[in-house]
Amino acid sequence: MFTKYIFILLTVLALYSGIMVLVSRKPIHSVLFLTLTFFAIAGHYVLLNAQFLAVVHVIVYAGAIMVLFLFTVMLLNLNKDEHSPKSRWAKLLAVIAGCMLMLTLIGIFRNYDLAVAYDPMMTQIGLVKNLGKILYENYLLPFELSSILFLTAMVGAVLLGKKEQL
Amino acid sequence: MEPLTQRSKTVSDKKMTFAEKLYLPAILGGMRITFGHLFKKKTTIQFPEAKRPFAGVYRGRHVLKRDEAGRERCTACGLCAVACPAEAITMVAAERKPGEEGLYREEKYAAVYEINMLRCIFCGDCEEACPKEAIFLTDRLVASEYQRKPFIYGKELLVEPADPEKRIDVSERQTPEVLAFKKDRQHKHNN
Amino acid sequence: MVNAVVYKMILASGILVLSLLVAMYSTLVERKVAGWFQDRHGPNRAGPWGLLQPLADGIKLFFKEEFMPNTADKFLYILGPSLTMLVACLTSAVIPWGPDIVINGESYALQVADINIGILYIFAIVSVGVYGIMIGGWASNNKYSLLGAVRASSQMISYELAMSLSIITIVMMTGSLSMREIVNQQQGFNWNIWYQPLGFLIFLICAFAETNRAPFDLPECETELVGGYHTEYSSMKLGFYLFAEYINMFISGAVMATLFLGGYHFPGLDKLGLSPNVFALVSFLVLFTKITFFGFIFMWVRWTLPRFRYDQLMKLGWKSLMPLAILNVLVTGVIILFNL
Repeated sequence: MFTKYIFILLTVLALYSGIMVLVSRKPIHSVLFLTLTFFAIAGHYVLLNAQFLAVVHVIVYAGAIMVLFLFTVMLLNLNKDEHSPKSRWAKLLAVIAGCMLMLTLIGIFRNYDLAVAYDPMMTQIGLVKNLGKILYENYLLPFELSSILFLTAMVGAVLLGKKEQL
Repeated sequence: MEPLTQRSKTVSDKKMTFAEKLYLPAILGGMRITFGHLFKKKTTIQFPEAKRPFAGVYRGRHVLKRDEAGRERCTACGLCAVACPAEAITMVAAERKPGEEGLYREEKYAAVYEINMLRCIFCGDCEEACPKEAIFLTDRLVASEYQRKPFIYGKELLVEPADPEKRIDVSERQTPEVLAFKKDRQHKHNN
Repeated sequence: MVNAVVYKMILASGILVLSLLVAMYSTLVERKVAGWFQDRHGPNRAGPWGLLQPLADGIKLFFKEEFMPNTADKFLYILGPSLTMLVACLTSAVIPWGPDIVINGESYALQVADINIGILYIFAIVSVGVYGIMIGGWASNNKYSLLGAVRASSQMISYELAMSLSIITIVMMTGSLSMREIVNQQQGFNWNIWYQPLGFLIFLICAFAETNRAPFDLPECETELVGGYHTEYSSMKLGFYLFAEYINMFISGAVMATLFLGGYHFPGLDKLGLSPNVFALVSFLVLFTKITFFGFIFMWVRWTLPRFRYDQLMKLGWKSLMPLAILNVLVTGVIILFNL
């Protein structure tokens, strides 16, 4: 089937660009590779029949956050090779933190019942209608709480921006 | 202060009203004006096909006129060269030989008559100075060239063709008013 | 199945060719209209009425010297215009170009992809559209290009918000994210613009900003930034940037016609009793007329209004359009809630 090859292609793309984010020397390249990773992941969402998630992923991550990232990197002009060599401790801590994240992820997927994914009902969950229903019926409280989280972040941003006048 | 034109507006720094702050009325007004221009007559002149008409007294490339019988009018008196502020005109006079009566109107004629078009400022003083009505400026243009040399126009370029069909019409420069003006010594530049 | 795939491919390439052709001739129309607005004729030497002018321009661009600054980031420098062009061509996929047509007894939709999140797809593409400009501007390694790129990105982000908010009202009214659904709810003269005039206005203004058209053409503002993000570009790479702008114009006209002006619907058209294919053709022409109308408005505004100052641009986006759009959403919500 086509989808199999597309899946392989997207996976290779996601992994390659993910690695390139770390390996690239220029910050701009890193940012662009990260964007590419997001696109590959959006492609995976489409393969999982979650078009809504895919598109929102592209809008939010590729379209807004990464553009802001790119914007900042361009403005700061980090292009010159002046990345300060991190201390050995910082490197060690980064490795430890990364390993812990990986362990957590492995732990999650080991306990995850893969059979759920084959539930025919689940293949439709990514569509807007079903997703909306589930969000607003089963998960209303977390959904609203997350919006409050955003509100706090926004208020915080405004406060930070107005710092001088306070 | 008296405004210079009727369309001038005094600029003020007053606070804008709500309607003005919306900008939309102003924008729509501007768009109405531009839309009106869609249907206005185009000011373009489609050059190679249509040409802007020259004024009858336009001062362009010179011509040395012949008289009705086809004889050159110029007698190489040199008044034009004297009048020329740019010193663009040179000539060599010669005496008419017997048998050349059909070519030159008077006993003396210009064997060489050259105008340097790069020096000429097309002021028309030569035309004014000429006592024989021989030299005129016309509404023709001096063509561009790649070298300086071709800009020195000799008689072959200046004298009009003898063929009555191909004569250069300068009648608009010879209206009674112009002739009277030429006679009036008061307006002479080189009195 | 195979039939459907072949049909979709033909349709997709047809729409691609159509948008390229329209973009090509938009350049001519733009110059013509500009001429008329300024009491001139516009280009009229190449072919009758200057109809071959786009061809001449294209050939000229192709044969211009291919120039690349030696300090440029080679790959990104080429990626920039390519990406801009690609993204410009992508949006047309979800626009319904007309009612179904019937070939050999089977009906086919005049739409490349009727995904149930058509509007969001358009948003995604629009929000990605800025990458081409940013990458190109940065890769040129020129301060003017960089400034243009930075301007483009901040402008696009700012106006995207108001744009999305103005469309949310449409989604609230129709209860669907599918473009076809939205069009079909505007049958006859039941157009969304009558219910959402404010939303339409906001969307129109944002469309100007998103396509980098005057009076929002600050990213390529030649009086300040030489050429903005395409200062260092020449030949067909520059052509791609310029071309993408016209494709964007065409597509945004199509989106506006679809969302607010009833797409391919026109009052009384369905009562004429035309055969399905003729009906589809006429409907398509109706949509095309509406797009042309928007194209003309784009040009009309460009040759009327002067360019904004940058702080005015930001102020308009954040302090006027955003609150207005939010207010619009609130009012619409209240009206829908109480069924007014």
